[in-house]
Amino acid sequence: MLGFLKEPVVVTAEINVNLVALTVMGLITRLWGLCYPRAVVFDEVYYGQFVSLYMKRIFFVDDSGPPFGHMLLALGGYLGGFDGNFLWNRIGAEYTMNVPVWSLRLLPALAGALCVPLAYQILVELHFSHCAALGAALLILLVLSYLKFYNLQRHRSFSGRWWFWLMLTGVACSCAVGVKYMGLFTYMLLLAIAGLHFWHMIGDQTLSNVSLLCHFLARGLALLLIPVVMYLSFFYVHLALLYCSGPHDQIMTSAFQASLEGGLARITQGQPLEVAYGSQITLRNVLGKPMQCWLHSHTNTYPIRYENGRGSSHQQQVTCYPFKDVNNWWIVKDPGMQQLVVSNPPRPVRHGHIVQLVHGITTRYLNTHDVAAPLSPHSQEVSCYIDYNISMPAQNLWRVEIVNRESDTDVWKTILSEVRFVHVNTSAVLKLSGASLPEWGYRQLEVVGEKLSKGYHQSMLWNVEEHRYGKSQEQKEREVELHSPTQMDISKNLSFMAKFTELQWKILTLKNEDTEHKYSSSALDWITMDTNIAYWLHPTSGAQIHLLGNVVTWASANAAALVYTCLSLWYLIRRRRRIYDIPEDSWQLWVSAGGVCGGGWVVNYLPFFLMEKTLFLYHYLPALTFQILLIPVVLQHLGDHLCRSVLLKSMFSALIVAWFSSVYFVYCTFSPVTYGQPALSMTELKDLRWKDSWNILIRKQ
Amino acid sequence: MPPRQREPRRGPGGPGRPGRPTAPPVAARPAALALVTLLSFASRFHRLPEPPHVCWDETHFGKMGSYYINRTFFFDVHPPLGKMLIGLAGYLSGYDGTFPFQKPGDRYEQHNYMGMRGFCAFLGSCLVPFAYLTVLELSKSLPAALLTAFILIFDTGCITLSQYILLDPILMFFLMGAVLSMVKCNSCADRPFSASWWFWLSLTGVNLAGAMGVKFVGLFVVLLVGLNTIYDLWDLLGNLSLSLVMFGKHLLARVLCLIVLPLALYTAMFAVHFAVLNKSGPGDGFFSSAFQSQLIGNNLHNVSIPEHLAYGSVITMKNLRMAGGYLHSHWHLYPEGIGARQQQVTAYLHKDLNNLWIIKKHDSDTDLSDPLSPVEFVRHGDIIRLEHKETSRNLHSHQHEAPLTRKHFQVTGYGINGTGDSNDFWRIEVVGRKTGKLIKVLRSQIRLIHVATGCILGSSGKTLPKWGWEQVEVTCTPYLKETPNSLWNFEDHINPKLPNISLDVLKPSFAEILLESHMVMIRGNSGLKPKDNEVTSKPWHWPINYQGLRFSGVNETDYRVYLLGNPVIWWLNLVTMGLYFLITVCTAVALKRGVQLTYELKELSGVVLRGGGQITLGWLLHYLPFFMMGRVLYFHHYFPAMLFSSMLTGITWDSLLKFCAGFLSPSTTARKVYGGVFLALVLLILYSFYLFHPLSYGMIGPMASDPSSPMAGLRWMDSWEF
Repeated sequence: MLGFLKEPVVVTAEINVNLVALTVMGLITRLWGLCYPRAVVFDEVYYGQFVSLYMKRIFFVDDSGPPFGHMLLALGGYLGGFDGNFLWNRIGAEYTMNVPVWSLRLLPALAGALCVPLAYQILVELHFSHCAALGAALLILLVLSYLKFYNLQRHRSFSGRWWFWLMLTGVACSCAVGVKYMGLFTYMLLLAIAGLHFWHMIGDQTLSNVSLLCHFLARGLALLLIPVVMYLSFFYVHLALLYCSGPHDQIMTSAFQASLEGGLARITQGQPLEVAYGSQITLRNVLGKPMQCWLHSHTNTYPIRYENGRGSSHQQQVTCYPFKDVNNWWIVKDPGMQQLVVSNPPRPVRHGHIVQLVHGITTRYLNTHDVAAPLSPHSQEVSCYIDYNISMPAQNLWRVEIVNRESDTDVWKTILSEVRFVHVNTSAVLKLSGASLPEWGYRQLEVVGEKLSKGYHQSMLWNVEEHRYGKSQEQKEREVELHSPTQMDISKNLSFMAKFTELQWKILTLKNEDTEHKYSSSALDWITMDTNIAYWLHPTSGAQIHLLGNVVTWASANAAALVYTCLSLWYLIRRRRRIYDIPEDSWQLWVSAGGVCGGGWVVNYLPFFLMEKTLFLYHYLPALTFQILLIPVVLQHLGDHLCRSVLLKSMFSALIVAWFSSVYFVYCTFSPVTYGQPALSMTELKDLRWKDSWNILIRKQ
Repeated sequence: MPPRQREPRRGPGGPGRPGRPTAPPVAARPAALALVTLLSFASRFHRLPEPPHVCWDETHFGKMGSYYINRTFFFDVHPPLGKMLIGLAGYLSGYDGTFPFQKPGDRYEQHNYMGMRGFCAFLGSCLVPFAYLTVLELSKSLPAALLTAFILIFDTGCITLSQYILLDPILMFFLMGAVLSMVKCNSCADRPFSASWWFWLSLTGVNLAGAMGVKFVGLFVVLLVGLNTIYDLWDLLGNLSLSLVMFGKHLLARVLCLIVLPLALYTAMFAVHFAVLNKSGPGDGFFSSAFQSQLIGNNLHNVSIPEHLAYGSVITMKNLRMAGGYLHSHWHLYPEGIGARQQQVTAYLHKDLNNLWIIKKHDSDTDLSDPLSPVEFVRHGDIIRLEHKETSRNLHSHQHEAPLTRKHFQVTGYGINGTGDSNDFWRIEVVGRKTGKLIKVLRSQIRLIHVATGCILGSSGKTLPKWGWEQVEVTCTPYLKETPNSLWNFEDHINPKLPNISLDVLKPSFAEILLESHMVMIRGNSGLKPKDNEVTSKPWHWPINYQGLRFSGVNETDYRVYLLGNPVIWWLNLVTMGLYFLITVCTAVALKRGVQLTYELKELSGVVLRGGGQITLGWLLHYLPFFMMGRVLYFHHYFPAMLFSSMLTGITWDSLLKFCAGFLSPSTTARKVYGGVFLALVLLILYSFYLFHPLSYGMIGPMASDPSSPMAGLRWMDSWEF
């Protein structure tokens, strides 16, 4: 009785001692000197901004990934009582007293530290025993929980623990994807492994069809449905937290902006919804590239001859102007009537109606004709018509086509409707060409009539942003009216899904300027660690922090990957010829370990070769973590199966000890540039520059 | 034509099983093949001379064919085989290479263009019998093969693409040839090393070389054959009755036929290419000085220039990296926010007056062109100043970031009329020479070291954005590595005071030329980036036939041809893809669950999984990579993949109907259903072709948006522009 009770206790305690020791070591190495330096280090300048914005509830868009990671960081700040008042303007800026550096940095450090015991557990689950690791956390948690689940399932399907680990896998998946899109690749790997396991289950004749279906559904629920729901919920929280307008408003559509507090909403609140004949409107181009802009005209005319000798109509310029201006106002006019005010009741404009657009300040009509546009000669020039009494008649009728209409009789709505203006005479479409005009056009953006309209590109779509019903019949009164701000009150709430789709799309398509950074590197440099990133440099002394891998670890991880590949190929070919070098179960282990670790490395590394964005060394860390996991796998395999004699075995152990100590030695050598203290002298720094390509900062005396 | 009814025959499964459809009577096959071939040729050659003007890319490939006839050197991003064949066809048919092919719409007048078009149409017509035979081999079913053939015959896109002087029919000919011979070779697997086995294996190799030689897209079919071969070898390795020696023989045979033979042919192609094109032409500037010296008419051919560099000489400098450009500058400034706002200095691949620089002493600005002043040679280690001839600005560098390579320094043109500052001084060094030696034109490899910062002038090889006219970036690199990027040679050299000496430049070996031309092609290919705001075709548009390409004619009075797949066929292909996926999953799961299947069903699932799998792999390989390509894409890139998806359609429908027939025993009803559906499909294809044939054979009259046009009701998608 007593023995029965004792046994499991002893076993769990043993694991815990190992685990606890490792966790403590992980925590020590990660948390030591966390608050030092009290200054902005590298990308903190970037992510810190977002934390501040969270604290202030200001909306932002970041194309580096979904918001879950940002939110976790912000949580740290929130718990530490950060009020968001810090200017994150340059690396090396000293933190003021209100910034809770420790709590801000604690979360990433904890995640990093927890990687160590997690990696340990992975190997335990893979039935290996040695352990050594550093790197990123959630990915590992993800793999771990799936393996745990897989191992459990052999014994107790659908038990409580089975469900727990399966669900945890799903949750970890969504978290990994929610932090950075790189997590997607690991998620794919996991799905592939799960698919493979299920495929083997299909082949298992002892399982009934019904239980197979249950298994399938349970997996679908946990691995597909939960991640999707979680992912959506991140965005839900993100959008719920950030309800104030902020610096990235212009990227979003008018409808989205109107849903945020302040900003556009302040102007558009209470505008009339339906555009009617006589409405005064501003038209914003939907594309928003190269910048947001509004249809604009001013009294200046196109030059009679351009620099290249082509002629123009010499009529009033029509451009797209990136700033709010009174010249952005246009009046919708019914071609059949003279009046420029809204009748009572208003007559709304519907899809397919023909209108004239009158420029508010100059009262000229929007016009296009068969004259080449200034910068895009294959398209038509768009002008505000001036009658020069030559054979150039006014062609100012436009058909309103609502692209996102629900029925063909839809009313043109403020903000919500995306509209194409099709010229009635020439069937050209009003389009933003994206080029900016030379000096004579004040560098504003060119607007053209596109004759060969290809599909529905966003540059041809316009939406009404500001809108009011015109009341003044006289030009003078109207000018006053145009200058006065719009006032009225209705709010337009977008559904969560509409907001989510838009935000998600913007995150995916938003491209930062493709600039090369001083510390950016190519994916090929990472394997050999030919590059480093300087995170921080002390303002006066030589103390500095670098992102620099442990050379020995990296080299041995590479070696392990190489040995693994070669050995696998060798075994595979031999097995094909029915020669079995190792027992079947250790072969299975070898394959599954390689599938997880090697596969994890591949999916986290190779995609970078296809990416056209600026890459940094830290992008390699997830892949590296998996690669490092291969080291013990390979080592144990070598020790168990290739070192047959006792002498060999002891030599092997000695080698491992030597290897461990060299890892530790390198760690100690580089610890000054990892923790930023103590400051090193110039010669010491020069000695640390083991590779020519490392950019260690040395102050000129 | 209706599918043939087949004699039921008892399968080897023994009595009691329903009769299974087997191979049709022997006589039916040649007849069917002949019919398919005839129809194919008829559809491709119908109205071939129309329109009698240059259509779309004929302006490039026709021009290049003419270059071969005129033996003028040119540069193109594709390997030479396709254009050589076009040139050959033109030459044989009596075209003299004088038509300029300036722009689409130019009339051919008296020039004989039919030989070239006929050649392309001939190869395009061969696609149909090839696909027919491939499907027949894979599925052993005549209806499947016929369905595939009908799809390809009556697809307007395939017809249009085959009728003009383009590379695509040639590429697809070799591609389908490779697939056909691979499939044939697989079915000879039971008789290895027989004559027919060798024949098909080596034919595969020949076709692979052909496909690679036309466009680099041929690489995908090489991959397909490669994967197939690996699978094959893996199978053989697992066959324990085969000794290792035999396995070695198999391996060797494949290496010989599928690697050595294609490589040899591919190299031979380039040898012919360089042998034929021996006159200087528009492509010279893309190649190194050494290469250019071999072209008759190039200014470096039998060159006669002053040998040693002197102060006051007017020179051009060429970067030594593969496909490196000439040091270039022009009046435009670097835009605001990118380094200092000074004059741009770039590397430019074309010969241009703006490539000329004058060598001056760093400390004096005396007019060295005075014929009386003594000649002073430039020596290794001298400090010089390079003045741009057109703009009189000095080559200048300073510690600002270079525009693209941020770790390097910016290089600019600075100063007025040659007066600048100390950042204009460069030390000139010859690789492997000692101080004080003279510098030789063409032969000396030199580097320019910026005196003030110690960096080296180099070309990073990255293309500048629009503001830099898409020329290549020039930087000053602080890393003192010895790479061709930072080495230059002097190419032109004008100095009236020095005697001209005839120089024999080191002749490059063939291997060097081959490597160089590939580097240039790859550079060119990756340089084809879409311009800002340009609406380009996306790969996901293609299978749904979202948007076509205008081959000829814009206005109502023009003869208009529009490259667009027959929508009925393309959407049928798309639906079939989904169907195939479903069938595969069902069969695979059924097999894995160990469901007992009849012999016929088992064989059928074999066809679906093996044959269909091979074709699907081909489709994936020819389609998915386009998603990852950064270059400009066009609709016609999808056509190789479309061939595969058409073959898949044939196989899938045949198997699907047979599966259904298997459940619908007795056999008469089953056969009726089978025949009926087949007939319906074929009629559907024929009718849709009748509707859409003006797309390929030309439309005149009002546009489709006009209700009076015959095509008015057929504009099913707004994005079609006919």
